Amino acid sequence: MARRFDIRRQTGFTTIAMIVFFALYLPIAVLVVFAFNAGDSLSVWEGFSLHWFERAMENGAVIDASLRSLQIAGVAAVVATIAATMAALATTRTEPYPGLTFKYAFINQPLMIPEIVTAVALLIFFSRIKIWTGYDGLAYLIVAHTAFCVPFAYLPIRARLESMDLTLERAAADLYATPWNTFRYVTLPLLWPGILAGFMLAFVISLDDVVITNFVKSGGQDTLPTYMLGQMRRAITPEMNAISAVFLLISIAIVTVFFFVNRKRA
Amino acid sequence: MAERDALSLIEAERRRDIRSRWLLSTPALLIILFAALGPLFIVLVYSFLTPGDYGDVKWTFSTEGWVSVFLQRDIFDDTLTIADAHLTIFWRSIKLSLMTTVVTLIVGFPTAYFIATRSERTRELWLFLITIPFWTNLLIRTLAMLVVIRNEGLINTMLIRFGLIDQPLQMLFTDGAILAGMVYVYLPLMVLPLYASMEKLDFRLIEAGYDLYATPFRVLTRIIIPLVKPGMIAGSILVFIPSLGAYVTPSILGGGKNLMIGNLIELQFGAGRNWPLGSALSIALMLIVMVALLAYVRNAGSSGVKHG
Repeated sequence: MARRFDIRRQTGFTTIAMIVFFALYLPIAVLVVFAFNAGDSLSVWEGFSLHWFERAMENGAVIDASLRSLQIAGVAAVVATIAATMAALATTRTEPYPGLTFKYAFINQPLMIPEIVTAVALLIFFSRIKIWTGYDGLAYLIVAHTAFCVPFAYLPIRARLESMDLTLERAAADLYATPWNTFRYVTLPLLWPGILAGFMLAFVISLDDVVITNFVKSGGQDTLPTYMLGQMRRAITPEMNAISAVFLLISIAIVTVFFFVNRKRA
Repeated sequence: MAERDALSLIEAERRRDIRSRWLLSTPALLIILFAALGPLFIVLVYSFLTPGDYGDVKWTFSTEGWVSVFLQRDIFDDTLTIADAHLTIFWRSIKLSLMTTVVTLIVGFPTAYFIATRSERTRELWLFLITIPFWTNLLIRTLAMLVVIRNEGLINTMLIRFGLIDQPLQMLFTDGAILAGMVYVYLPLMVLPLYASMEKLDFRLIEAGYDLYATPFRVLTRIIIPLVKPGMIAGSILVFIPSLGAYVTPSILGGGKNLMIGNLIELQFGAGRNWPLGSALSIALMLIVMVALLAYVRNAGSSGVKHG
C-alpha cells in the first residue's frame, strides 16, 4: 500500500499550486462567461446571448480606440524591433569593447524605472514640444511606445544571437559573400525566430499599455486600454466583458504563437 | 616590420568593428534617450520650479516642491508641519508592496516547485498556463478581480446565496482589495524567476539529504531554499518594484480614498495642479526603487552559492 517514496515531494505544495492555478483563472473565466450574459448583471446569469458583443461592435468609440491601438502597436513594434535587432547585433558575439556594458545598461534601463515616472516625464517633455511645434498628433504616442518596446524586443533577439556562433558567417565571408549578402542569406534566416518573438513581445506590450498612454495622449486619442480605464471608473456593463474577451483572445493567440516560435529554438 | 604591420592591421580592423557596432546601436540608444531616459532629467529640473496657476510651471527656482513631499506649510502663519497625508500614502505604498512581495513569495514558491518537478512534457504546459495571465492586459486582470470582489460580485453573491452573510462584505475600495489585486496581477513575475532557478535544482543533493535522515521540512529549509535563493531575490525585486509604482490597480480597486504613490503623483498633474510636487514625488519614488535595486545587486553578488 505504501506509495513509493518520492524525494521531490513536499507536503501541500501540489495543493497550493492547484489553488493558485484555480485562483489565477477563475476571475478571468467569470469575466469571459458573463460577456455572454443576456441580462446586464455581471454575477447573475440570465441566459446566453451575443448581445453585448454586438453592442461593442456598434460602439464607435470602441472601434475607434481599437484601431488606434493596433495602429500604434504596429508601428511602434516594427520600429522597436528593427532598432533592437541592430542593437542586438552590435552587442553580441564580440570581445568586450569600451561602451558595451553601458549599452546593455542603457537599453535595459526603461525596465527598471517605474512606469508612472516615465509617464510623468513624457507628459512634461511632450507638453513642451506640443507648445513649441503646435503638433499634437499620434506621433507622441508612437514614439513613447517605441521607446518602452525596445528592451522587450531586444531580449529574445539577443538570446537567439547568443546561441548562434559565427562559423556560418565566416564560411560565407570565406566564399566571398559581401557583408550584406552574408547578413541577408545567413544571419537573418537564422535570427528570424528571435526577431519574430521580439516583435510579438513588443506588439503585446504596446497593446497592453495603460499608464504611459494615459499621460501622453491628447484629447480624443484614447487607445482601447485607456478607453476601458475611463469606462471602468463609471458603471460597468457586460459590454466591458465582451471587449475584454475579444482582447484576451487576441493576446492569447499572440502568446501561443510566441511560445511555439521560442520553443523551437536550435 | 611585417609583423607590426599585421598587428596594426588587426588593430585597425578591430577599431572599424567597434565603430560599426556603435553605429548599429545608435537608433536604439537615441530612441531610449529621447523618449525614456532623457525626459527624466526634465522631471528633476521641474521639481525645483514653481507651480503655474493652471498646471505646468513658472520658471522660478523653488524648493517648495521638495519641501511639500514630507511637510506642509500652514497657509496662515507659514509654519511647517509634517504632511500626514503624504506620509500615510508613502507608508501604505511600502507596506502594501512588501505584503504583496511576501504573499506572492509564499504562494509562488510551491507553485514554481510544482512546475519544476513535473515531467519534461507537462512542464511546458504548466509554464504556459502561468505565462498567459502574464501577457494578458493588466487592466483586464484588474477588471476581473473587481468583478469578483465587488458588493454585487461573485464572492458576495455566493456567500449570500448560501446564507453565510446577510449584507455584502465591503471588500472593494479597501487596502485588502489593492493587496489582492496586486498579488493577482504580479504573481507570474514571482513564479517565473523562481521556476528558472528551481529548474536547475540538482535533486541528487536532496537525495543525499534524505540519505542522511533529513525530514522533508529540513530538506526544504536547508537544501532547497538556499539553492534557489537567487530566484527568490530576483522574483521579490520583480514584484516589489512595479507594486511600489502601481497606478492602475490601486486606482480601480482602492477607489478614490486609498491612494498609493502612483495615484498621488497623478493627482499633482491633474486636479492638484502642482507639477513641481508631482516631479519631486516621482524622483522620490525612483530613489526608493534605486535603493531596492542596489540592495538586490549587493545581495545577488554575495549569495552566488557555490556548489557542485
